[in-house]
Amino acid sequence: MISVRGLRKHYQVHKRPPGLKAALRSLVHRDYTAVKAVDGISFDIQPGERVGFLGPNGAGKTTTLKVLAGLLHPSEGEVTVDGHVPRFREEAFLKKIMLVMGQKQQLLWDLPPSETFELNRAIYDVPRLQYKQTLDELVSLLELEELIGKPTRQLSLGERMKCELAAALIHRPRVLFLDEPTIGLDVSMQVTMRAFIKAYNEQTGATLILTSHYMDDVAALCPRVIVIDKGQLSYDGSLDALVQRVRPEKRVVLRLGQPVDAALLTPLGKVVSHEPGSAVLQVQQDAVNATVGRALSTLPVTDLTVENAPLEEVMSELFQEGKARRAEAAREEVPA
Amino acid sequence: MSLRTSLKALPTLLRIGFSEAVAYRAEMIIWVLATTMPLIMLALWSAVARGGPVGRFGQAEFTGYFLAAFCVRQMTSSWVAWLVSYEVKQGTLAMRLLRPISPLLAYATEVLAGIPLRVAIVLPVLGISVWVAGAERAVPTSLGGWGLFALGIAGAWLITFYLNVLLGTLSLFLESSQKLMEVYMVLFFVCSGYMFPVEFFPPGVRTVMEWLPFRYQMGLPVELLTGAHAAKEAWALLAAQWAWVAGLGVVSTVVWRRGLARFAAFGG
Ligand SMILES: Nc1ncnc2c1ncn2[C@@H]1O[C@H](COP(=O)(O)OP(=O)(O)OP(=O)(O)O)[C@@H](O)[C@H]1O
Ligand SMILES: [Mg+2]
Repeated sequence: MISVRGLRKHYQVHKRPPGLKAALRSLVHRDYTAVKAVDGISFDIQPGERVGFLGPNGAGKTTTLKVLAGLLHPSEGEVTVDGHVPRFREEAFLKKIMLVMGQKQQLLWDLPPSETFELNRAIYDVPRLQYKQTLDELVSLLELEELIGKPTRQLSLGERMKCELAAALIHRPRVLFLDEPTIGLDVSMQVTMRAFIKAYNEQTGATLILTSHYMDDVAALCPRVIVIDKGQLSYDGSLDALVQRVRPEKRVVLRLGQPVDAALLTPLGKVVSHEPGSAVLQVQQDAVNATVGRALSTLPVTDLTVENAPLEEVMSELFQEGKARRAEAAREEVPA
Repeated sequence: MSLRTSLKALPTLLRIGFSEAVAYRAEMIIWVLATTMPLIMLALWSAVARGGPVGRFGQAEFTGYFLAAFCVRQMTSSWVAWLVSYEVKQGTLAMRLLRPISPLLAYATEVLAGIPLRVAIVLPVLGISVWVAGAERAVPTSLGGWGLFALGIAGAWLITFYLNVLLGTLSLFLESSQKLMEVYMVLFFVCSGYMFPVEFFPPGVRTVMEWLPFRYQMGLPVELLTGAHAAKEAWALLAAQWAWVAGLGVVSTVVWRRGLARFAAFGG
C-alpha cells in the first residue's frame, strides 16, 4: 500500500545571527543551511495495517507524514501510496487519503462544522446516500449531535478535534495519516478517540499511520511501530519485540499486607520502588518463576502481578540509546 | 480536479462561501468604508472642475467617473495575495492542498461568493450616480453597452485575481513579499485610473499605460460603465484586456505550480 525508499527531506533554512547589522547584511548575502529532517528512511506498509510512528521531538515524523500526503516534495527517494506518487497530488490520490494534524483546522471557523461536512461532501463528490450514512455513523460514534450546529469558534479544543476527525472521514479515506490525534484531549476523550480510530480501521480496512507521544495510544492501536530518530529509522517491527529488545526484564508488582524491611526485598531482584503497602521488583525473564515463588513464601503478599516495563520507560531508554550512539559517532569523527 | 467534478461542487462552494461572507459582513463594511478613495478624489476633482472642465470632464462627468470607480473596486477587489501569503506562512495552505480541488479555484469561489453582498452596496451608489450625474454619464444606455461593461468587469476581475495569485505565490520564493504587495498597490492606485482617469496622463506615458495591466483593472470597466468609448474603440481595448487575462492566467498558474514544490507546510 505504502512504499518508501531512501526518503530524504532537507529543509533549506536561512540562518541569520541576531542584531541589526546581521539583518542588513542578510539583505545582500544569505547563508542557507540544510536541516536534515528526514535522512534516508525506507519501509513498506501493507493494506489495512495500523502503524505507529514514534520518535522524540523533531525526529522527522510529521515531515514524513507530510511527504506521504503530498504536501512536501521529497529531496530524494521514492515514495508511493497505493500506486500514486504523492507529490503529483492526483485527484484519485487525494480522494483516497487524509492527513489529520492536531492544530491545523480544516473546519470553517465562523460556520458550524456541519457546513464543513457539506463542503467536503461536494468537494469529494460523495453520493448523498453514502454521505448520510457516514455522517450518521460519525455523529453517533463520536457523539457529535450537540456540536455540529454550533459555530466552530465556540467549540472546545476536544470538541473541535472530534469534528476535525469527522470532517476528515466524510470521504472514507483508504489511507489515514494521523499526527497526534489525541493531543490535548481528556482521558475519557482519548479512550473514545482510540476506540473510534480502531473501529474505523477494522470496519473499512483502511491503512493507518499515526504518531503520538502517548504510549497508551500506541499500545492500544499499533501492533507495529516504526521508530524514527534524527531523521533515521532506528526500529521497525512489532511493539512486543521492541519491548523485548530494549527491556527484556519483567516487573513483579507486589501488594503487601504489612510493611516489610528493604533487606527482605533486595535478595529477590532489583528494587524499582518500595512503599509501605507495595513494592516493584525488576528481574530477568528466566528468574520470574523463582522470584514469584520466593516472594510468596517469604513476604506478606496480598496480590501479585507480572508486567513489562512501562512503554514510556522503554521509549525513553531507546531514545537515550540513540543519543549516546550519535555522541559516540561524533567523538570518533573529531581527529585526536 | 476534473472540470466535471469541479462544476458539480461549485454551487455548494459558492453557497458556503456566501454564508462565510455573511458571517464576515462587519469586516466587509469596514473594508468598504476604507475604500472611499474615489469619493475623496471626486471631491478633489470636482473642486478643480468648478473653475472649468478638465479635458472632457466637468463636475457631472467626474461624479459619474468616480462613483463608477467606487463600484468597480467593490466588484473586482481581491484579497487573495494576502490570503495566500498568510496561509503559506501559517502552513494552513496544507489543508487546501489535501483536498481534491484546485486551491486556486477555491480562492476564486471565496472571492466570488462575496459579490452578492457587494452588489447590494453598488446598486444604490449607481442609483445616486444616475440621479446626480445623469443616466448617460453614469451607466450604459443600451443593452450592448451593458454587454461590453460585463465583459470589461469580468476581465478586470480576472486580471486582479491573477495578479493577486502571482503576488501571493511570491511568498513561496521570497522571505517577505509584503513590500512587493505595497509596490503593487501604489502602481494600481496611480496607473489604473483609480485616482484620476488614465487619459490625464501625457500622450507618451499614456501609451505605456495602455501596455500595462493596471488600466484594464479599473479604468476600462469604469469607462465602459460611463459610456466613454464608441463600440469599435471599446472592442480594441477589451481585446487588449483579455490578452492580459490569458497571459496572466498562464503565468500565475505556472508560478503557482513551481511555488508549491517549495512549500514548507510549517507547523504540526
Ligand atoms: N518547515 C520547516 N523548515 C525548516 N525546518 C523544519 C521545518 N519543519 C520541520 N523542520 C525541522 O525538521 C525536523 C523534523 O521536524 P518534524 O516536525 O518532522 O518532527 P516531529 O518528529 O514531528 O517532532 P514532534 O514530535 O515534535 O512533532 C526538526 O528539527 C524541525 O526543526
Ligand atoms: Mg510532529
